[in-house]
Amino acid sequence: MTTHDVALSRRAMLKGAAGLVIGLYLPEKARAQSGAAHAFRRAAGGADFAPNAFIRIGADDTVTVLIKHIEFGQGPFTGLATLVAEELDADWSKVRAEHAPSNTDFYKNLAFGVQGTGGSTAIANSYDQMRKAGATARAMLVAAAAQSWGVPAREITVERGVLRHTGTGREGRFGQFAEAAARQPVPSDPPLKDPSVFRLIGRDDGSVKKLDSAAKSNGTAQFTIDMSEPGMLTVVVAHPPRFGARVASFDASAARAVQGVVDVKQVPTGVAVYANGTWPAIKGREQLRISWDESAAEKRSSDQLIEEYRALARRPGRIAGAHGDAITTLARAERTIEAEYVFPYLAHAPMEPLDGFLRWDGQRAHARFGSQLQTLDHQAIATVLGLKPEQVELETMLAGGSFGRRAQQTSHLAAELAEVAKAIGPGRPVKLVWTREDDIRGGYYRPLIVHRMRGGLRDGKIVAWTDTVVSQSILKGSPFEAVMAKGGIDATSVEGAKEIPYDIADFRCDLHTTDVGVPVLWWRSVGHTHTGYAVECFVDELLQATGQDPVAGRLAMMGKAPREAGVLRAVAELAQWSGPGPVNGRARGVAVVKSFDSYVAQIAEVSAGDDGPRVHKVWCAVDCGVPVNPDVIRAQMEGGIGFGVGAALYGEVALDEGRPVPANFDTYRVLRIHEMPQVEVRVVNSTEKPTGVGEPGVPPIGPAVANAMARLGLGRPRRLPLVRAVA
Amino acid sequence: MALAIKVNGTIQSVDVDNDAPLLWVLRDALGLAGTKFGCGVAQCGACTVFVDGKPMRSCTLPISALGTREVTTIEGVSGREAEAVQQAWIARDVPQCGYCQSGQVMSAVALLKQVKKPSDRDIDLAMNGNVCRCATYVRIRAAIHDAARALEG
Repeated sequence: MTTHDVALSRRAMLKGAAGLVIGLYLPEKARAQSGAAHAFRRAAGGADFAPNAFIRIGADDTVTVLIKHIEFGQGPFTGLATLVAEELDADWSKVRAEHAPSNTDFYKNLAFGVQGTGGSTAIANSYDQMRKAGATARAMLVAAAAQSWGVPAREITVERGVLRHTGTGREGRFGQFAEAAARQPVPSDPPLKDPSVFRLIGRDDGSVKKLDSAAKSNGTAQFTIDMSEPGMLTVVVAHPPRFGARVASFDASAARAVQGVVDVKQVPTGVAVYANGTWPAIKGREQLRISWDESAAEKRSSDQLIEEYRALARRPGRIAGAHGDAITTLARAERTIEAEYVFPYLAHAPMEPLDGFLRWDGQRAHARFGSQLQTLDHQAIATVLGLKPEQVELETMLAGGSFGRRAQQTSHLAAELAEVAKAIGPGRPVKLVWTREDDIRGGYYRPLIVHRMRGGLRDGKIVAWTDTVVSQSILKGSPFEAVMAKGGIDATSVEGAKEIPYDIADFRCDLHTTDVGVPVLWWRSVGHTHTGYAVECFVDELLQATGQDPVAGRLAMMGKAPREAGVLRAVAELAQWSGPGPVNGRARGVAVVKSFDSYVAQIAEVSAGDDGPRVHKVWCAVDCGVPVNPDVIRAQMEGGIGFGVGAALYGEVALDEGRPVPANFDTYRVLRIHEMPQVEVRVVNSTEKPTGVGEPGVPPIGPAVANAMARLGLGRPRRLPLVRAVA
Repeated sequence: MALAIKVNGTIQSVDVDNDAPLLWVLRDALGLAGTKFGCGVAQCGACTVFVDGKPMRSCTLPISALGTREVTTIEGVSGREAEAVQQAWIARDVPQCGYCQSGQVMSAVALLKQVKKPSDRDIDLAMNGNVCRCATYVRIRAAIHDAARALEG
């Protein structure tokens, strides 16, 4: 997902669903009347004090924060709990986090209008909301203590989960007042702290530890694939070898003969094998004989698509952003430079492949999986099973990574999960498991893209810039299309390209949207995965052509981009920048990309290795507004850089006559520890509203590495992955 | 086929196919779900367990090939190295999504049992079979060095 200001209409999303409009703080009566009452009771969980949908405090002083965003490594458990604990003045050692249930009224992403995670919005949209939730709970605890002690509330102080009244010397823990606090009136507008007195937000002394590290270091963290219950069937589905193919006929006799296989059913996405355990399900699937109807299937190869895209890029597309007259200025330039960049389909390949658990008795369904767009997935399950949304419960599980893969605008996994449950009939709990091959060959890729760039130079300056983008649309046909794709322009195809941070008088970015039968999806940093590379490589090439330094040249054009300039200066200082080199066989490349309202600049130090470029070290500066958890921010930059290096060097799902070529980690190469650069991160101080960090670490690294390669005499690769370009 | 296998110090009886990989026997038959499935072809290391103390990818080890060898999983790993590694993992907040970390921890413990003070090169060799898509590699490396130092003292 992209920009923060996208507000989806719930009406559009949930056609015909009751449109309750409920504020954060509900009086008891309204709670009981609302369709959300069930979820709220669950949220309360029998705790003594549940002042709102996000917090419950037990007599044992434990503060549990219900997290509306899925945790798959990017840190919302810790981040959102920090926001609550700050205003609550909680003792961090007593704070726990767990996923909130699926309930759009309580738990919608305020940037989307539906419950869901993406676009690096978790902290940004929760910052005020979670702080208010914490402040509310604090005020109610204080009121309860004031009543009990017979002292004015304003004389009570709160520190690390302890309430105190200095005058009388009385003190008590949260747990002691939890029950009484629940009887206090809910304040409508509790005051929030001034940032100058924050104790937890921004703290960087190692005392605000992540909440989920221990369970994730000893094997006790529970993921969807770990679900098990009596009578549960494990299900794998044979999907077609080409996208858009359908089952013509199948013979399951050999599959049924596999010990442990219970049943075989056709479902809309293929043929489902049900077994007692994962191994017999996989073995059974191997024994299926399926004849596919490929009449409507996509049969083009990647190379063919690239040629078609390159031909399209010779013609101007629909204008996505323009100022001045780029075409005329290009024609009059002293010199023009052209570059064409080609980006492959990419799989997300999260460590935990897609999976889901569903229990259904014909009347009610209970699903548990790593849902990233709960509102949509919830509705999809209800639709398939012919239930009303209130008959479906959806519980979000920890997920083993996503990188965009679980944010399905089509809810295809939720729908397949419900379909396999429906096909076997009520009363049989199912666990649907995708194997790695299903994942790598299953589509929903980052699209294949071509950028054709032209730059005009005059008097040693860049005077004109055009960028023609050719891509499939991620949003087309999805519920997001109406709000995020306007005037035939899918915002996710051109974000980062339709406006650039550089002052260039004559500018134009246009787009051709193609029609290809390969399902595509957002992939960690979405459009910036390719626009960041195209823009930052091309500007570097133009600067090199005019003899300018990559840092100073960029800064000279950043008059209207102070925060981009800020991180670029910061990273140059961190890396002690003195030019791109090479020095002793190592060159340095620069890139700066704003994505999802966060600003990241990186400098990569690279040498030429036997197996392509070797990335030794990356310096990174990030400005994401108020840093809530500085160490989580650093971790996301480190991880984003590793994820980006791997994709830039090796990532490609090539299609051979429509069939994906790679199948597993042996053929879809990903970054390993010996290829990971050292990383040094500077988190820039800021008082701006906090923005996200899950994605913005990714876009600059590819172009930073490519720009270093150019200085090593290896050329700026025009076709990714880079290792292909060198080979 | 009924088999007796020794897992985490206990002999367990399981009724599974001869060719069932140890991974699925652990997860589905014994309910030891800390060991993860990532690829099924010994390419990612998420399924790493100890077989007679040596790290192995359980996803490609047929149960019939196990014999009398003893299996240790993340649920049963113990000793000084395991404690040092897990403490270092928590202190550095290594995990992100956490899914690969059982395998990472097992490989790291195995390394420290073999090499008391591993170099970066030792770490590369011991750990490059364990994929982390969150790319927590910087912290994995730092935490292994931390654990080695803690074991020295």
